[in-house]
Amino acid sequence: MNRRDMLAAIGAAALSAGAAREAFGQAVRRGGVLTVQLNGEQRVLNPAIRASTGVYVITSKIMESLVDLDAAGKPTPVLATSWEAAPDGKTITFKLREGVTWHDGKPFTSADVQYTALELWKKYLNYGTQLQQNLEAVDTPDPLTAVFRYSRPMPTDLLLRALCDLGYVAPRHVFEGTNVLENPANTAPIGTGPFKFTQYERGQFVMADRNPNYWRKDAPYLDRIVWRFIVDKAAATAALETGQVLTSEYNALALADLDRLKSDPRFTVSNRGLEANAFNNTLEFNTRRKELSDVRVRQAIAHAIDVPFFIENFIYGQGKPATGPIPSSSTAFYPDTKPPYEFDAKRANALLDEAGYKRAGGGIRFALKLVPIQNGEDVPLLATFIQQSLQTVGIRVEIVNLDTAGALATVYRDWNFDIATGWHQYRGDPAVSTTVWYRSGSPKGAPWTNQYGWQSDAVDKLVDDAATELDPARRKALYAQWVKAVNDEIPVWMMTERTFLAATSKKVRNDHNYPRWGSGDWHDTWVEA
Amino acid sequence: MTILLLALRRLAASLPTLLMILVGLFLLLQLAPGDTVDALMAQMGGGDPATAEELRRYYGLDLPAAAQLGRYVLRLAQLDLGMSAIYGKPVADVIAERLPVTLLLMGSSLTLAFVGGMSLGVLAARTVGRWPDTILSTLGLVFYATPSFWFGLMGIVVFAITLGWLPAGGFEEIGTGAGGLERALDIARHLVLPTMTLALIFLATYLRVMRTAMLEVLNLDFVRTARAKGVGETAVTIRHALRNALLPMVTILGLQAGTMLGGSVVVESVFALPGLGRLAYESVVQRDLNTLLGIVFVSAILVIAINFVVDLLYGWLDPRIVADR
Repeated sequence: MNRRDMLAAIGAAALSAGAAREAFGQAVRRGGVLTVQLNGEQRVLNPAIRASTGVYVITSKIMESLVDLDAAGKPTPVLATSWEAAPDGKTITFKLREGVTWHDGKPFTSADVQYTALELWKKYLNYGTQLQQNLEAVDTPDPLTAVFRYSRPMPTDLLLRALCDLGYVAPRHVFEGTNVLENPANTAPIGTGPFKFTQYERGQFVMADRNPNYWRKDAPYLDRIVWRFIVDKAAATAALETGQVLTSEYNALALADLDRLKSDPRFTVSNRGLEANAFNNTLEFNTRRKELSDVRVRQAIAHAIDVPFFIENFIYGQGKPATGPIPSSSTAFYPDTKPPYEFDAKRANALLDEAGYKRAGGGIRFALKLVPIQNGEDVPLLATFIQQSLQTVGIRVEIVNLDTAGALATVYRDWNFDIATGWHQYRGDPAVSTTVWYRSGSPKGAPWTNQYGWQSDAVDKLVDDAATELDPARRKALYAQWVKAVNDEIPVWMMTERTFLAATSKKVRNDHNYPRWGSGDWHDTWVEA
Repeated sequence: MTILLLALRRLAASLPTLLMILVGLFLLLQLAPGDTVDALMAQMGGGDPATAEELRRYYGLDLPAAAQLGRYVLRLAQLDLGMSAIYGKPVADVIAERLPVTLLLMGSSLTLAFVGGMSLGVLAARTVGRWPDTILSTLGLVFYATPSFWFGLMGIVVFAITLGWLPAGGFEEIGTGAGGLERALDIARHLVLPTMTLALIFLATYLRVMRTAMLEVLNLDFVRTARAKGVGETAVTIRHALRNALLPMVTILGLQAGTMLGGSVVVESVFALPGLGRLAYESVVQRDLNTLLGIVFVSAILVIAINFVVDLLYGWLDPRIVADR
C-alpha cells in the first residue's frame, strides 16, 4: 500500500465513520462560527471580475454562480434552474430561479445575468474574456429567462463546466453606470448567497453572517464564517492546532505539516472536496533556444527526470506522474494513457548523442537557464531536482530565482529563459485555460500561455475544432488526439498530476462533500459544539 | 519655542534625504522585473493580455517611468500618498490602519527591552566576574544569536499549542464586539508573545551595552569621590553612575527604533499581526509602488521624530550637551 492508497483508505474510513454517525441520528447543529485560514489577501472580492480560488474561497459563500457541480462532478442548478441549447449551438437559454433576492433586498432577475455576462465576464473576468469572446448578446424575454447568443457554436458542456467558476452573477443595480474596477462592492460584495458580507479588516480577516432570507429553505446552518489571513505557514498550522481556525483549503499549509496532521485524530487531511482543481508541475521549453528546438532534446530531458522519485521524496507522495495536460479527474475528457516519458537516463543520453550534443569538457553538453515560477513551496524543490537530474546527463542548469511577479515577466513577457517550471491549473474543461498553453498566437506577455516559440498547425487545428465541437463524444476524441500530439512534441512537459489538500478539524461536518467544496457555498455545512 | 524651532530645523534638514530615499526606491523598483499587474496576474492565476492592458492603464503603469515619478512627487508635495494597488483605497488610510499595531508592538517591545536590558545590565555590572554576571552574559549572547522567528514559533508551540495559555496569533479575538477595557486586555493577551519575541533580541543588546557602560563609569574618578564621601553603593549606582551610563543606551534606542519598524516583518508574519512590516513586505511582492513609498515616507518621519526626542533626552541626561549647542 503506497501513501496515496493509504490516504484514499483513510479518507474512505473517515467517510464511512461519518456516515455511520449520521445514521445514529446525530442531528445537524445550527449556529456556530466556521473559521477558515487563508494565506494571502485578494485585491478584489468579486468573482465576476476575478477568477481565482483565492477569491472563490471567500466570495462563493456570498455570491452565487448560475451553476455548480454536484457530488458526482456534473453541473447542477444554482441560480439557473435549467438550460437548453439550440441545435446549432449558438443559442443557449437559461431559466432562472424565482424568488431570489440580493442581500440589499432587490430581486434577482435576468437583467443581472445580462449585465454581468456582457459587462463583467466578457470585459474584465480573466478567462471569462476568452470564454465569452463570441458572446454577442444576452436576451431577456422575461425576468426569469436569459438567452445567451453566440456568433460561433458554443458546446453546452464546455459552457456549463466553465460557468461553475466563471458564472458568478453580480448585481446590476450596484455596478451599472459606475467604474467597474473602482466599485466599492468589489471589496464589500453584495450577492444572493447563504452568507452576507459584514466586515473586512485589511490584513486580518473577512467576516460574513447568515443570510436569513436565503432561497434554500432552512439554510445555511452556520451563523457566521470568518476568513483569517495567516501568511506564515507554521503560524497557520499553529492556529489550526489551537482551534483558532477550523479549516485550511488549497495547500495553504506547509506540505510537511499536512503530512504530520494526517496522523492527528483531530483533523482530516485530504484532497476530497477539492478534486475539481487539479494541477500539474510543468517544465516549459523555450524552443527559440537552438538545442531545445530539437524535439529529441526535449524528450531526453523528460526521460532524465525521475518524477515518481520526486513525488515520493519531495512532496510526500501527494500526486502521480501526469499522462498529459488533461488530468485523470476530468473524466469527460481524460484519455486513459500512460505517462509518456518514463525515467530512463540511458535513453536520455542516447537521444542527446543522437541530436548531436556530445559531452564536451567536464562531461557537459550544454548549459540551460531555469526560471522557477513560485506557485507553491514544491517549485523551488523541483527546480533543484531538475538541476541535479540534468547534471547527470550532461546538461548544466543555472537556476534564476525571482519572486512570482518577476518570474512571470521574465518568462512570458521577456522570454528570457531556456526552461521554466511552475504549475498548470486545470479548470474543468481543456478549453478554459489549458489549450492556451499550446495554441499558437497568444500575444506576447500573456502569462501561462504558449510563449515558447513553438507552433504546430495540427495542434492549432485540433484546439480550434474541439472548442466548437458540439458532440461530447467527438469532442472527447479530438482532445485525445490533441493530448497525443502535444505529448509527442512536448513544448511543455506536464510532469506531475496533483490535487490540492485541505486540513480540516473533525468538528466541521458536511464538509468537502462535492468536488468544488473549497469554492462552494457551504449552505449545508455545520460545526459541532 | 526653541524646541519647536529645533524640530522645524531638523525636519527641513531631513527633507533632501527623504526625497533622495523616495526617488532611489522608486528607481530601484523600476529595476525589479515585473510590475503590480504581473503580481496580480500571478495571484489570479492568469488572464488575457487585454485585461492586463486595461489594468496597466488603471494603475497608471502605461506612462513612462519619468512621468510616473514626476506625478508621484507632485502629489507628494500636496501630501497625497496616492492609491494602494493591493487594497484599492488611499495609501494614507491603509497606513493609518496599520500604524497603531506597529507602534503598539514597537513601543511595548522597546520599553521592555530598554527597562529589562538596563536593570539586568546594571545587575551584571555590579556582580562582574561572579555567577549572576556569567549567567546574564551567556543568556544575553544566546538571545542575541537566536533568530526571532524561531523564538516566536517556539513560543507558539509552548504557550499556545501545548499549554494553551495564550493565543497563537492575531491582534484580537474576532467578532466578540467587546469594547473598552475588555478589548484592551484581549489585545494585551495577544501581544504578549510577539512583544516578548521582539524584545528579547534587543534586550540582549541593551544588556551588553549597559553592562559595559556601567563598568566604565563605575571606574571613573567622580564615582570614587562619591564612595569616599560615604554615599551608599545603591545610591552611587543609581544617582551617579546610571545617569552617565545611560547615554550610549539612548543612542542605541534612537538607532534601533528605525530597525524595529522594518525588523518586525518576521514577528508580524509569525503572529499574523496587521502591522506596517507585513504591509511593506506585501507591497514589495505585489509591486505596489505607492504603498511602499508611503510606508517609507511614514517610517522616515517616525525615525526623524524619534531621533529628535533622543536628542532632547541627551540634553536632559547630560546638560553639558545643550550648553555646547
